[in-house]
Amino acid sequence: MLRTHHRLLSAASASLLVLGLAACGGTTKDSSSSDGGAAAQPGASADPNAKTKEGLKIAFLPKQLNNPYSDVETSGGKVAVGELKGEYKLVGPNDASASSQVSYINTLIQQQQDVIVVAANDPNAVCPSLNQARQAKIKVVSFDSDASKDCRDAFINQATTQGIGESLVKMANELAGGEGEIAILSATPNATNQNAWIEVMKKELAKPEYSKLKLVKTAYGNDDDQKSFQEAQGLLQSYPKLKVIVSPTTVGIAAASRYVSSSNYKGKVAITGLGLPNQMREYVKDGTVKKFALWNPADIGYLAAYAGAALASGQITGKQGEKFTAGKLGEYTIGADGEIVLGPPTEFTAQNIDQFHF
Amino acid sequence: MSELRRRLASWDSIIIALTVLVLVIASVGVPNFGTSRNFTFLILDLMPIVLVALPMTFIIVTGEIDLSVASTLGLTSSLMGWFWNNGLSIEMIIPLCVLVGALLGAFNGFLVTGLGLPSLAVTIGTLALYRGLAFVVLGDGAVADFPWNYTGWVTGTIGGGAVPNVLILIVALALIFGVVLHATPFGRSLYAIGANAQAAHFSGIRVARTKFWLYVASGAIAGLVGVLWTLRYSSARADNGSGLELAVVAAVLLGGVSIFGGRGTLPGVLAGVVLLAALQNALRLQDVSGQALNIVTGALLVLSVLLPNVTSSIRATWHRRRLRQAAAH
Repeated sequence: MLRTHHRLLSAASASLLVLGLAACGGTTKDSSSSDGGAAAQPGASADPNAKTKEGLKIAFLPKQLNNPYSDVETSGGKVAVGELKGEYKLVGPNDASASSQVSYINTLIQQQQDVIVVAANDPNAVCPSLNQARQAKIKVVSFDSDASKDCRDAFINQATTQGIGESLVKMANELAGGEGEIAILSATPNATNQNAWIEVMKKELAKPEYSKLKLVKTAYGNDDDQKSFQEAQGLLQSYPKLKVIVSPTTVGIAAASRYVSSSNYKGKVAITGLGLPNQMREYVKDGTVKKFALWNPADIGYLAAYAGAALASGQITGKQGEKFTAGKLGEYTIGADGEIVLGPPTEFTAQNIDQFHF
Repeated sequence: MSELRRRLASWDSIIIALTVLVLVIASVGVPNFGTSRNFTFLILDLMPIVLVALPMTFIIVTGEIDLSVASTLGLTSSLMGWFWNNGLSIEMIIPLCVLVGALLGAFNGFLVTGLGLPSLAVTIGTLALYRGLAFVVLGDGAVADFPWNYTGWVTGTIGGGAVPNVLILIVALALIFGVVLHATPFGRSLYAIGANAQAAHFSGIRVARTKFWLYVASGAIAGLVGVLWTLRYSSARADNGSGLELAVVAAVLLGGVSIFGGRGTLPGVLAGVVLLAALQNALRLQDVSGQALNIVTGALLVLSVLLPNVTSSIRATWHRRRLRQAAAH
């Protein structure tokens, strides 16, 4: 054992020596530029009158398969691809991890798709392969959760980040009666959209009109039903004075509502956030949930498919100000950084929920 | 003749033949499988599994196991992001991460050999411990702005052709581990330890010291793979490589290494890795769902445990019959 220690020490000191040498001059965060590898296509120009191509191969890659929310999103995409007379394909990993999407992107490149519509689990991890796809003349549209803006052609945003954050705080404030403790139950810690909304919420909460609302914790349910259920349970146990749980994820809000409606917190703690009417109907009817909001997710997939077809047909290139028509949804204009905003979210209450079926 | 027949019937040659068969069938029958770009993707996908499988083969041959490898990878990936954010140079971070991996492996090795604890229990413990530390280091965030010349090297190919840069690394390390296992006294001593650790000890093999260094090697390679993984996905995250340990153990067992130690070859393991990766790649190109992929992988694993046992019992029956015939004459 003693000799082992000696060897270990000498190995360690040798490595440290190497490190010391390497430390003199090298690539550091400050010295390296991070813009390498971006596959911008500067020469491309849009022809708004170009004919929409038929037979386009449009593939959807959601964050993970068998998630009710993304199932609705992609179902809208399927409808649109049908209208466009294209070939629809849906692929995706079983787990919402950053790296498992990459293999699927690579496969789609191999299969020579015309358009990849992707919801990125990590905005950067998918970037190298998305840029390879673009080099292979595939148009990349991100939806739901954006990829880094230099590796996709356009991004379909459900609503503006600002608008969602504001409406979440507004609903929480109404439900809390203007004062008290609130908590957030989010999806995965790296979900781009969730984090952006939470940032806006924090800025909103800092305003004087919300000074009596106190955000006590942001919990993460990883968009997993059981984990979200446990996190909701944990929040109520750790913060007995909690008045509202705001869950900006359909998995989280449903799990939290299920817990509250079956516990003695029912009627004392309010749940709000972003949810699917079909999943939330029973909790709205039994009074656990007074109001929550969402856009129509099927429209996101629908709009993404039309944006992809417009890109692949050369009608747009993703530059600010370009216009295209997205079937039944009408005309859209591309905003800054290739962002296309679907529209404002809808608030669902006991009065209107029965009008929505998704 | 009987030597040839024995060799042909051994599990690792079956798996090598099966791998070749799958590669040929997929190249002919699966559109876009046999292209150079797909070859690059295939190598990149199997890189972490094959590298971690090299020391894992050694460890399983001695009858032990290391389930903490994926967590070691996650922790070094986290540290890489943390070091980078704190202004260390990448040329310094890479060896430092390998060193951290080696130290994490040394901790496993110490618990297993120094305290004599069972490796399964120890490395299940450090699996959770190292992953937990990874989240302590980097939290839930991701670090992404690594220099392009490094991330590009990992995903790039030699001269822009079909051969990925990382293949050089894979081949070099596989050669080193292969030669050590199959052509040195040290390699033979691993089989002796796996077959009977006590007998190996009494024949002068330093069992504990050998195992200790195997864990160090396993940790160091996991650290290196942590670096490569981070650069490949341009993303240092605490959850990187989750579940990789099972893919590695699966490939090693599929390659014909006995979970009880003492048996198996590195060519078999390499074939096991390629077989699993090629099957997944080909099925994905055919739009087979993720669940079906899991079923195929699982079924292969069950077969890989089942078939060698069945064939060896059949062989034993033949052998007895032949002995009886010889005695009758």
